[in-house]
Amino acid sequence: MTEAATLTLPTRRDEAWRYADMDALARLGMAALDQWKEITLAPGETRRHAMVVGSASPELHRIRIRLGEGARAELFVTNAGSDYTRVEVEVHLARAAHFEFGGVTIGGGTATREFVTQVIHAEPEATSNQTIRAVHWNTGTGNFLGEIKVARHAQKTDAAQDFKGLLLEAGASANAVPQLEIFADDVKCAHGATVGALDEAARFYMMARGVDPATAQRLMVQAFIGDAFVALDDEAQRETLLDAALAALEGAKL
Amino acid sequence: MLIIENLHATVGGPENPKPILKGLSLSVPAGEIHAIMGPNGAGKSTLSNVLGGKPGYEVTAGSVTFRGEDLLALEPHERAAKGLFLGFQYPVEIPGVSNVQFLREALNSQRKARGEEPLSGGEFLKLAKDKAGLLKMDMDMLKRQVNVGFSGGEKKRAEMVQMGILDPAFAVLDETDSGLDIDALRIVGAGINSIMRSPDKAVLLITHYQRLLDVVKPDKVSILAGGRIVETGGPELALRLEAEGYDAVMA
Repeated sequence: MTEAATLTLPTRRDEAWRYADMDALARLGMAALDQWKEITLAPGETRRHAMVVGSASPELHRIRIRLGEGARAELFVTNAGSDYTRVEVEVHLARAAHFEFGGVTIGGGTATREFVTQVIHAEPEATSNQTIRAVHWNTGTGNFLGEIKVARHAQKTDAAQDFKGLLLEAGASANAVPQLEIFADDVKCAHGATVGALDEAARFYMMARGVDPATAQRLMVQAFIGDAFVALDDEAQRETLLDAALAALEGAKL
Repeated sequence: MLIIENLHATVGGPENPKPILKGLSLSVPAGEIHAIMGPNGAGKSTLSNVLGGKPGYEVTAGSVTFRGEDLLALEPHERAAKGLFLGFQYPVEIPGVSNVQFLREALNSQRKARGEEPLSGGEFLKLAKDKAGLLKMDMDMLKRQVNVGFSGGEKKRAEMVQMGILDPAFAVLDETDSGLDIDALRIVGAGINSIMRSPDKAVLLITHYQRLLDVVKPDKVSILAGGRIVETGGPELALRLEAEGYDAVMA
């Protein structure tokens, strides 16, 4: 795809924009679409980035990561905007490189928060792992559109995607769109998606022990989103991302 | 301490309510361990769930007074803060939450509701260690996720450790003995005695079997059948039930 393709605003007919908030995108304007952050990892290099995104205005974060042979990129994101907040990541993996992604969308109101990833396994033996958790209430929405492309000669690719949505009330929504495009024949590509409500039995168990409803909900949400940051091997960063997510939970429907 | 009068309760929701408790009356004063026995379907678990405030159970008539207050007007966590402990027949697994974190939140929530200062991390761990030792539970188990991967016996033992840490005035123990082997049963029974045998505490002990009563030695035994208490006696009533069965005793 050339940069020229972004000269007009995308529409919801474009697969990667299917659940996007087009009005918010129009407010952001064309300029935001051209803002790609380009990152290149040298062979064998390891880099980790953890970030909290989202505010009271629409945000679009577009990141391109090219990994050299045996390189490792880790990206962890709490997406807690109170307006449309989209994080797009395009990843290009050379031989035996690894991409690790952990993402949480959390929030109520009417906003849409989404992760859109495209992971290209261009050469053999590369691996990728993506864990996304979405927690929403009111009429808030969380989306994960995850595309994995495995080139014809990229044998021994091992790619995994895991999405779970937790809806605290009727009216909230979560959408998962896994897209696998596999041209090699000796690969592992796993994807799973589930959406559910809070475990009422666990909630009652906690309350029967004296935990108030808001704390019970916070504990269960914390446990739920914790999966996305298990691979983040830095306690301070992990806490920053978890705290940002749990701060967004204040005032959520009990 | 607990006075239940003419309690009627249904399950199944407003569309299809099924009456389970049909005029149950029972009084348990402080210092008493009161065993409830009864055939399957008599309403034993419904009684404990209604006392705990589990959603899905509707009280249609009667009253429950706990330490002078209307228990049924309180939310489940408020009942706990007032000193009620509900032992679960099937303790719930909570993935991702450790026992230590769960119990510290629970204890400090209760203390806050009572206007007491929260325990610090160190104070809590010391208390948890004491109570786990009492029930011969490894401290490592307490660091694991709540009930996840615990055997049936370990779950029941963990329930008793929770009871020890929360130190309630009144415990409703619903078939705490089910799923226990003989050694675990002795440990759990001794745990109930050491935590709850006190002039200012009381226990409602729901059980099917005499085995636990051999260890805990109830002051009173009541038979629950058809949603009502049909007979109340001393420990000898449980022995008669064991020997003759419900049909013979209730005939």
